[in-house]
Amino acid sequence: MNKPLKLGGENRFHVVKRAELPFKQTALLYILAIVLALVAGGIFILCIGHNPFSFYATLISGCFRSKLAFVALIKIIMPLLLTTLGVAVAFKMKFWNIGAEGQFIMGAICATYFALYWGDMPHFLLVIVMMLAGFVGGGIWGLIPAYFKCRFDTNETLLTLMLNYIALYIVQYLRDGPWRDPAAGGFLKIAKHPESAWLDKLFGIDITWVICIILVVIMFIYLSYTKQGYEIAVVGDSHNTARYAGMNVKGIILRTMFISAAVCGLAGMLQVTGDATSHTLTMGIASGVGFTAIIVAWLAKLNPFGILLVSTFFGILDKGSGVAESTFGLSSSVADVLQGIILFFILGLDFFIRYKIVISKSEHEETKEAAK
Amino acid sequence: MQQNKTEFAIELKGITKTFGSVVANHNIDLSVKQGEILALLGENGSGKTTLMNMLSGIYRPDSGSIYVNGKEVFINSPEDAKKLGIGMIHQHFKLVDVLSAADNIYIGSKKEGFFLSGKRFDKITELCEKTGLEIDPHKPVYSMSVSEKQTVEIIKVLYYGANILILDEPTAVLTPQETQKLFSIMRNMKEAGCAIIIITHKLNEVLEISDRVTILRKGESVATVKTAETTAKELTELMVGHSVELSIDRPEPDRGEVLLTVTHLSIANDDNVDVIKDISFELYEGEILGVAGVAGSGQKELCEAITGLQKIRQGSILYKKENIEGKSPRDIIKLGIAMSFIPEDRLGMGLAASMNITDNMLLKSYRDSSTPFVDRKSAAEVAERIVKDLEIATPGINIPVRRLSGGNVQKVLLGREIESAPKVLITAYAVRGLDINSSYTIYDNINIQKKKGVGVLFIGEDLDVMLELCDRIMVLCHGEITGIVDAKNVTKEQLGLLMTAAVKEGEAHE
Repeated sequence: MNKPLKLGGENRFHVVKRAELPFKQTALLYILAIVLALVAGGIFILCIGHNPFSFYATLISGCFRSKLAFVALIKIIMPLLLTTLGVAVAFKMKFWNIGAEGQFIMGAICATYFALYWGDMPHFLLVIVMMLAGFVGGGIWGLIPAYFKCRFDTNETLLTLMLNYIALYIVQYLRDGPWRDPAAGGFLKIAKHPESAWLDKLFGIDITWVICIILVVIMFIYLSYTKQGYEIAVVGDSHNTARYAGMNVKGIILRTMFISAAVCGLAGMLQVTGDATSHTLTMGIASGVGFTAIIVAWLAKLNPFGILLVSTFFGILDKGSGVAESTFGLSSSVADVLQGIILFFILGLDFFIRYKIVISKSEHEETKEAAK
Repeated sequence: MQQNKTEFAIELKGITKTFGSVVANHNIDLSVKQGEILALLGENGSGKTTLMNMLSGIYRPDSGSIYVNGKEVFINSPEDAKKLGIGMIHQHFKLVDVLSAADNIYIGSKKEGFFLSGKRFDKITELCEKTGLEIDPHKPVYSMSVSEKQTVEIIKVLYYGANILILDEPTAVLTPQETQKLFSIMRNMKEAGCAIIIITHKLNEVLEISDRVTILRKGESVATVKTAETTAKELTELMVGHSVELSIDRPEPDRGEVLLTVTHLSIANDDNVDVIKDISFELYEGEILGVAGVAGSGQKELCEAITGLQKIRQGSILYKKENIEGKSPRDIIKLGIAMSFIPEDRLGMGLAASMNITDNMLLKSYRDSSTPFVDRKSAAEVAERIVKDLEIATPGINIPVRRLSGGNVQKVLLGREIESAPKVLITAYAVRGLDINSSYTIYDNINIQKKKGVGVLFIGEDLDVMLELCDRIMVLCHGEITGIVDAKNVTKEQLGLLMTAAVKEGEAHE
């Protein structure tokens, strides 16, 4: 009996692992997922009584209708992009750094210290010092959980998460105590950075965007082509293998976590000194960017260029739906619902990239007939 | 379709199973009668385990049909398999360490209700008496030997009323004496009318225990022969597809100077218990020193100590009169001591599963380039060469190693270690679960190293192989050396005794 007799099973469907799909097909599937997500989102908008086409049109035009809108969009993308680059480094090592939020805040705090107390330094020097401060400050905040992980094998997820709240409440303490701005007349706030601490602008946006582009490229090269990037990947694959290869696993974990957190800290520094926050350290400085970064990192498969793409997409969704909300008079949760729908489709698609579903019953019966 | 009403306990017809683009099984036919032992023989990656996993409900065939006792069945889950009386004993035991034998057997039982009854121990004892198996139902799994754990697994499937048993490489972890015990259990079950399928790589075992042999090659069933009418040579040729020489070459050792001198070495584990106790031996240039011992006798710790991964509590390890204690693993690699340790999962030590072959070649040499960048170009050349020399079956060097079959994974690992031109080559379980053809490729390569004057420390499981390949064999038991013998003047039974007699002695100490 050369031809298969029957396809197995009483269940109609079963899941079969796919062969690796070529890049083109994968890309097509992603586009399909986004289209499906937009359709589903459109149905949702229809349900709440609005025209999905004009909603989406407003969403897009909300981002690009004016220079001002475009600048606002870039400002949303930048911190998300940088923070995602940071967490992606740790994720590549399978170190679950969900403390980007805290590292971001610590970077901002350290930078603010120099802005407030060393503000009379020459502008150029001050900005460099603040960048270093943000970088190191964030990095140290990431070293803490990494150290405990190496020394006592603590759970990095819990530790990085808890450090977020510590960082946040340090800001509150500084705001209400030592750094309280007496000139704010009763308001609890930290003083605005002096002008010497503001970032320079290029084409109307502060230079953070240049740093973003440089970091995307550097990060790509670092992860894919350098010895350190290679070590990160090996440690991420198996600690034992890394150990057998003579790698200093703990050293690599500490170093990588420092870099990961330092990039997040730098993002925090750039956020507080850039245009986006009126140059003031506030409790809302990070506003969840460290958590969104986790989603962006995974959607981008930890690829820096992918991260650029996905964070831009998230930025458009965020900014555009904000405009659409005010235009249509909707609640601010609409954007969140849309984001959720899109995520659902893209993550769901991942399943279809790896598996396919085979429907077996009908064929099964056909061949049974044939066999008789 | 009623013709084979009860003649066959299991009959497979035209079974095909694919994983993505990989065809694991293609149009396989197989049958076992009641009261018969069928051996399933095939090279690595020939689809034996996949086929058996379909019988036990872990996978489902893409096409083809399965008959149990003459009736066509669909096995959608392990639960279905259980109901049909099919029990599989996996290569890696699926037991909970802290629970007793009886409780392990009861796990997953649905008929027992919510509360555990005190009678469960008696029930197990009763079953043991009936089947002639020996186990203390109260004994916790963590204090059991490998063979006892296996017995628990067998009782477990019998308890659920299995009369069709599948054993996946059951002897790989057993001493010769334990293997004989298992075989007598299997014979008893056969007498009782069970149908048994045994997967094994060891031809002498196939010839000893089975009634018929089905041979798989590259996912297809190429032949089924009666054991009484065949020979080891014929079986191998069927399995490999061409004629092979079935003896391992052992060139006369050209002993040079001493490479490694281990004196009064003791190693403590994390719990501060000595796992290697005061051992001394020497390894010379151009010889293969075998290390035999029941799994967990301190082999791993010894390997790790020599490569600087494990702290030495007492004693010393000299490499050409230079003490290597306190040197970093990297420095030791630079001295020319290479280790390929094949763990049970084959991947965890020495290979990065998600990386491709090229990147895995870089694992120990990536630091050699003078720039901060890794040199993938020369690694790719090495990868190409190794794939060719060791006949690694792969679609290309850019395939993640986890997608290769076990044997090929091992070749990648050993190939890399040999490529580093070591002075001392430590191979632990180099042929773990490998088929004959791949094993011989690996023996040949180890012999080539030996002729080059490399000192080889060969930590092995299969005593038959060690007797043929090694020059001297050191037997470890509970961390102590119970003997270093000339491989030419020793028998398997003597080795087995050194391994096990001392086990009992060791237990008495505890």
